[in-house]
Amino acid sequence: MPRRPRIPVYMVWGLLLLAIAAPWLGLYPVLGMRMMCFALFACAFNLLAGYTGLISFGHAALFGGAGYITGLALTSWGWSTPAGILLGVLVALAIGLVMGVLAVRRYGIYFSMVTLALAQIVYFYCLQADFTGGEDGLQGIPRGTLFGLPLQSDRVMYYVVLVVFVASWWFMRRIVRSPFGQVLQAVSENEPRTISLGYRANRYKLGVFLLSAGFAGLAGALKSVVMGFETLTDVHWSTSGLVILMTLVGGLGTDLGPILGAVIITVLEEKMGTISRFLEQLTGIHWFATLNDSASMVNGAIFVLCVLLFRRGIVGALRERWGGAQVPAD
Amino acid sequence: MSNTTILRTRGLSKHFAGFAAVQNVDIEVAQGSIHALVGPNGAGKTTCFNLLSKFLDPSSGDIYFHDQNITRMQPADVARLGMVRSFQISATFPHMTLLENVRVGLQRSAGLAHQFWRPTRVLKRLDDEAMRFLDLVGLVAQPDQLAANLPYGHKRALELATTLAMNPQLLLLDEPTQGLGHEDVEQVTELIRRVAQGRTVLMVEHNMSVISRICDRVTVMQRGQVLAEGSYAEVAGNPEVIAAYMGESTEEMHA
Ligand SMILES: Nc1ncnc2c1ncn2[C@@H]1O[C@H](COP(=O)(O)OP(=O)(O)OP(=O)(O)O)[C@@H](O)[C@H]1O
Ligand SMILES: [Mg+2]
Repeated sequence: MPRRPRIPVYMVWGLLLLAIAAPWLGLYPVLGMRMMCFALFACAFNLLAGYTGLISFGHAALFGGAGYITGLALTSWGWSTPAGILLGVLVALAIGLVMGVLAVRRYGIYFSMVTLALAQIVYFYCLQADFTGGEDGLQGIPRGTLFGLPLQSDRVMYYVVLVVFVASWWFMRRIVRSPFGQVLQAVSENEPRTISLGYRANRYKLGVFLLSAGFAGLAGALKSVVMGFETLTDVHWSTSGLVILMTLVGGLGTDLGPILGAVIITVLEEKMGTISRFLEQLTGIHWFATLNDSASMVNGAIFVLCVLLFRRGIVGALRERWGGAQVPAD
Repeated sequence: MSNTTILRTRGLSKHFAGFAAVQNVDIEVAQGSIHALVGPNGAGKTTCFNLLSKFLDPSSGDIYFHDQNITRMQPADVARLGMVRSFQISATFPHMTLLENVRVGLQRSAGLAHQFWRPTRVLKRLDDEAMRFLDLVGLVAQPDQLAANLPYGHKRALELATTLAMNPQLLLLDEPTQGLGHEDVEQVTELIRRVAQGRTVLMVEHNMSVISRICDRVTVMQRGQVLAEGSYAEVAGNPEVIAAYMGESTEEMHA
């Protein structure tokens, strides 16, 4: 049956086992959690962009907005951790609703511009508002407990995040492969035709925008709990750019691509010092040491390389290698 | 053929930046008929279809479907009423299988369009019905083939199967035989005749032999206006119509 080529299932189980064992194999749990939060964020972005072609430039507002609200609920209002996270998700849904209603009727760059403009409003609000702590950020967010389980230990927290992440990933995968997902695919392949079959296309686009917003909010809320602080970086437009980068590098419209992209970019940002020193020692070229200060340039270079080498990101390229029939290009 | 009117327009007009693409058009389509809309290139036929299916808003005029004024409706809602259009260029979902294509036409009325939490598996209950429509258009052999891999004539047939899955009362077909080889034209014509049983068809068509064989009534448009209306024999003998087509061929010669 000539269907889309796929990554074999054992790869998925292998990755899961790796993630379970990682803290015992020397992965610093906080780095692992950071990766998972960004991977979840990238999967949420991919749910929208990968299956509808709508490229949002405003996802930072959903991610950071949820992070701030969760942080506020846990620090100032003394809410429990799950309730705080839930509130973060609800706020992301609310911001997503406003963004989606205004944006889904636009196409291409105009869609991106509307989302960016609305995200900038959220950014400037966070910059001005008292509760966010302005440039200093919101500090000292307590992890609290989850149904009686204390989350202070990084390892415990790591597995909680892993469970939330895997469940969310599985659910987003289900959305893509649901009856709703079929209609979404129809809308993205031929919107006028789908409308002529009685579907109000904008409603479906709004629906997936909201789902994406909810998961982006979950990612942001989790991250603020994991890290214990929330700063303006998360609502800044560069974070919207970062999630686009992660998704495109890993593979837009693939299940595993956004995860891979998020892991690669997070590691690069975190370990740039080590990597640049290693390259300097290896080659003796001093210039490599300066790379540490220009992470965005390295990200840009990786992006260009990936776009040139693999049209559909790293996972897209692997998928083609693993075979299955070739699908004509979009 | 009954005498009731299924679709009627009054003074339908559309201006694009001052240019009148459709001007004061009154059309009546009788229920159960196959009605052709013809005219030289740029006469406004596709614009008319876009107005009728509400993909465009008219500058003025009204549209009635079964005496219900649909002038202000959304295109998706017009489709739900039972008036489903096709497009001048074949419109399939290329990266979906033939079966999936037809199922899109069935999902909404089966209440299987919003469910994002259930697996695609639940759509299997629509498979039998979808296969019947594929069978109807002669595409039952490879239901799991991707639509992108079909030859053009088969894409048109698939499009028709998807349209029929909506169980429309009125089909608007924009040049269903355009770009097809001689044999495919025969097949699609035969297919339209067959699916028109118990339905109404309004079709834009350039192929006169197709029109003469299956159409009950013909409306001729020129420069956005209705030039003539009647049976094929009537309009074909109309000197104004002949002049319009002559004019077109003369222009083509000079072009
Ligand atoms: N969106 C638009 N904006 C401006 N002008 C348009 C638009 N759509 C159509 N037109 C013009 O309106 C006129 C009628 O076009 P239309 O596509 O309806 O013709 P047609 O009868 O379908 O022709 P054909 O046989 O070539 O398909 C043409 O002159 C066309 O250029
Ligand atoms: Mg046309």
